Amino acid sequence: MSHTFGAVAVLVVSVLTVGIGIWGLRFSRTTSDFFVASRTVRPALNASAIGGEYLSAASFLGVAGLVLAFGADMLWYPVGWTAGYLLLLALVAAPLRRSGAYTLPDFAQARLRSRPVRIITSALVVAIGWLYLIPQLKGAGFTLNLATGLDNRLGGLVVALVVLVNVVTGGMRSVTFVQAFQYWLKLTALLVPAVFLLLVWFGDGATSPADPMFDLPGQSGWADPLSGLGPHPIYTTYSIVIATFLGTMGLPHVVVRFYTNPDGRAARRTTLVVLVLLGIFYVLPPVYGALGRIYAGDLVAEGRADSVVIQLPLRMIGGTGGELLAALLVAGAFAAFLSTSSGLTIAVAGVLSQDVMSRWLGGIASFRVSAALAVSVAYVLAVLAEDVGVATAVGLAFAVAASTFCPLLVLGIWWRRLTDVGAIAGLVVGGVTSGAAVLRTFVATEDEGWYSTLMAQPAAWTVPLAFAAMVVGSLLTPDRRSPHATRFMVRLHTPEAVTVDRG
Amino acid sequence: MSERVRVTSPRTTSGRRLPPPSAAHEIDAQSQVGEVYLRSLLRAQLRLAVVVVTLLAVLVGGLPLAFWLLPEVMDQEVLGMPLAWGLLGFLVYPVLVAIGWWYVRAAERNERAFTDVVERP
Repeated sequence: MSHTFGAVAVLVVSVLTVGIGIWGLRFSRTTSDFFVASRTVRPALNASAIGGEYLSAASFLGVAGLVLAFGADMLWYPVGWTAGYLLLLALVAAPLRRSGAYTLPDFAQARLRSRPVRIITSALVVAIGWLYLIPQLKGAGFTLNLATGLDNRLGGLVVALVVLVNVVTGGMRSVTFVQAFQYWLKLTALLVPAVFLLLVWFGDGATSPADPMFDLPGQSGWADPLSGLGPHPIYTTYSIVIATFLGTMGLPHVVVRFYTNPDGRAARRTTLVVLVLLGIFYVLPPVYGALGRIYAGDLVAEGRADSVVIQLPLRMIGGTGGELLAALLVAGAFAAFLSTSSGLTIAVAGVLSQDVMSRWLGGIASFRVSAALAVSVAYVLAVLAEDVGVATAVGLAFAVAASTFCPLLVLGIWWRRLTDVGAIAGLVVGGVTSGAAVLRTFVATEDEGWYSTLMAQPAAWTVPLAFAAMVVGSLLTPDRRSPHATRFMVRLHTPEAVTVDRG
Repeated sequence: MSERVRVTSPRTTSGRRLPPPSAAHEIDAQSQVGEVYLRSLLRAQLRLAVVVVTLLAVLVGGLPLAFWLLPEVMDQEVLGMPLAWGLLGFLVYPVLVAIGWWYVRAAERNERAFTDVVERP
């Protein structure tokens, strides 16, 4: 595509992002503004911000690429990423807000009153945050390369710097405005070109993308939902379902957002609006994937299926019109990297600043240094892990979150008999098994065997194992139940309108 | 010299009753009565969450099994696309929103009922 249009798109999004961030800075004065926007964000704005933060490179570019290459099975990813919010709504949203903690480690400590549990959850937040940041920075590098001809690594560096400026200047309050803007930018950037592409497709006779004549050599059953997932499709499908449905609630940048709601009822309503916003957005990427099968099937063989979203307007419309639509898509993709990376950086920096930096620095200074540290380490890791696919890394981050924070949150909120020993047992079992699967997938090659399948999609066995370890560990140590557990349950579940002692 | 004071019982003919301890006070004191109040709220909300999880597991989690067991049905074309695509690509989202909307209403109703009981004068 034209590098001028691409560069202008990237520049405009960067300037708008930093500009809105600086504008938001006028409202961001205290430490509480920095971490949780002083808990005054209304549901409609907060939901747009959550949507903006959540819809990452994997959603904007990755889903279309996966659908193009592997077919109907890949629709489970957007479905799971949305359904995760329904489970978050039913199991976690209101109590988590009412817990009154800043971060996941704060929640764990308030519930279990245990220093070791806090240290383990902090380490996990940082690990999952970095695991999720790697694909964002890699995807950004590759998109910048396509749009402007910039070297991959340099592109990642540009994103890392814009994210850092964005986070360091404004903190949570200003990022809320930026993220909300970015949801609507992403939706527009995907919706407008889709309308034009569908018109062209109708003009061309509206051939069904499911037609086998579009099968690539060696491919069959593209439209069949159990054909693109390797040798054990039922196991793999359910493992993806479990990882995405349960992993959403355990992603550090998602959880942090719930503390910015004014109360528990607002937290629920916010989550419901998020479900609507995600449902609208996720209808679109598969449309690009399906059209790509007719107009851009060759991208799969070249290993560049991820670029199908940006390539389609260039191929189907062409000329200046096609270039402009492609530039709009580049802008949307770049907004996706920026918003998700900013949210992750805030989550990781929040934990680093509270648990590590606060020994030497106070308040906002500690947060800023931590943000710089969070972004630089993620960038170095992204350069080192050059060969890992964007979708693979994102999928594994969900599996680790589902195997660790999901049991901690669900049992911590609904089960009074959870103990610190049980929590540690579950976090260690879930973290070690899913972490081992991540490392194995990063270094080993895929084969047809069951072992490889179990390691590539570990959630179906690591999540039940983590739950079991947490329950058994708690039942074996009844004398370690927190004496404050009942008071904490009162706090989590009673509506704010009732005047009771919340501990 | 001291004044003569007339000492009378405060009791009137009907006998005054002390106000019963409020439910909020019982919850704060973690008494058995307070435990009953708290448990009733927790049970109601947990039951609701379990209904949502079950609906999700059956309606959406059942789809892979349906694809596996009924491949002919899933190959049917509806509105120009295979049924499986229509379900996973479009129909699933309004279903998720509808379950969520129902849940929010029911959870708020539970909390209102609890507030009414606890704040009752």
